[in-house]
Amino acid sequence: MAAESILHTERSLYRNITVYENAGERCMRFTKRTTARQTCISLKDPDYLVFKYTKMMLGALYLQPKPDKILIIGLGGGTLPSTLSIILPKAKIDTVEIDPAVVRVAQKYFNFRITPTVNVSEEDGRVFVKRAIKKGIKYDLIMLDAFDHDYIPEHLLTQEFLGEVKQVMTPGGVLAGNTWSSSRLYDHESATYESVFGRFFNLRFGSRVILVKNDGLPSRSVITKNAKTLEARLKTFGVRADYLLPLFSTGRDWRIDARILTDQYSPSNLLNAH
Amino acid sequence: MNRPLVFLIAGWSGFFVMAVELLSGRILAPNFGNSIYVWGGIITIFMLALSIGYLIGGRLSTRKPSLKKLSIILMVAAASTTPVVLMGDTVLDRIFTLIQDPRYGSLISATILFFLPTMISGIISPYAVRLLVTESSQSGHFAGLLYFVSTFGSAAGTILTSFYLVLYFELNHIFWTMIGISLLISAFSFFVGQKHVENN
Repeated sequence: MAAESILHTERSLYRNITVYENAGERCMRFTKRTTARQTCISLKDPDYLVFKYTKMMLGALYLQPKPDKILIIGLGGGTLPSTLSIILPKAKIDTVEIDPAVVRVAQKYFNFRITPTVNVSEEDGRVFVKRAIKKGIKYDLIMLDAFDHDYIPEHLLTQEFLGEVKQVMTPGGVLAGNTWSSSRLYDHESATYESVFGRFFNLRFGSRVILVKNDGLPSRSVITKNAKTLEARLKTFGVRADYLLPLFSTGRDWRIDARILTDQYSPSNLLNAH
Repeated sequence: MNRPLVFLIAGWSGFFVMAVELLSGRILAPNFGNSIYVWGGIITIFMLALSIGYLIGGRLSTRKPSLKKLSIILMVAAASTTPVVLMGDTVLDRIFTLIQDPRYGSLISATILFFLPTMISGIISPYAVRLLVTESSQSGHFAGLLYFVSTFGSAAGTILTSFYLVLYFELNHIFWTMIGISLLISAFSFFVGQKHVENN
């Protein structure tokens, strides 16, 4: 393994942030382990999406190719908002990040830019969504990508939270949830999503991305058509239809009797560790 | 005086306070998030409530202290926790609407829901010391023992709640069970205290 060079370390309010370069990639991590990378960009080709999960998240566009308003919870290096703002220059993108240090690091090391169409709220994602409900704000596309050093924070993985997210989705709105649970949590998480949204596309390739449409999942032919329309614009980012489309599965590969995660019962970190 | 019962009450009360404190973070999170200041607000309110409870407990202990009265304090602490379960969500929703800043929202919520039960729990330790001490030369010995038991209870309440209880039970079930245990202990020690009075 090539030696990594550390560019920046910082003890923020919530975590230790490390930015490092290794094998032509610049990454951010919150722990000492190099395996738990929060975000990575390729130094040679900054547009190229290094992570499979980011490509799968963009699969949400196959369900809703022209979102006007986008909400992204969890900024990381800002890969998702940066990419989406290139693909959809007119879209208004709200991002939410709890840790001000991550916002600074994303700007300094990962080319993230706050622009007239891309803005950041430094607060807890759940509080942001609750305020959005009160204000009556709706989004065509919502991406859930909030992680701490362990996993998704427990209050962002409950049936009540997903119900709140549903309330800020437009009727044809789409939700993309990034999860990479293994073992027992996978079953609980899947059952919880299904309890709120019904059937969903379950994209598994290393990690897992859940895609949901508020007014029901579109047919395979609609998705294929949207994929074709988007192909030229997504190619620069390494997102190709022949790569993504086979991953769109609606099969249930979890225990359907798994206990649903709620605000009363959400030991997600404990379940993930088991 | 029935010393084991006094220690049981103090140890259980220590368990109760820390379990409630941990769960209070869970209760506030849906409205105010998991930000560092939410925990800051919770810890502030619990410490403040305990400190005032100690003050009151010390004063109360000078007025004919008894095991019966200590049992009643434990009972009232448990009873004052019930609003958390019964109307917690309503209170939190109202405060979320009224206060925009989640720092003060969580601070006010923690005050309304948790100040009273925690303060009453704080009364128990100094009051218990008074019941244990019969000679002043022994006061330090018993104070030390009581701190040990009550803080050990707190440690147990913290680890059991965060490692195991939340893995199997809903928050409200944990609350009701703990309130129930408090009521059982207080009822039992009340009757023991009553007998003690009758026998004298």
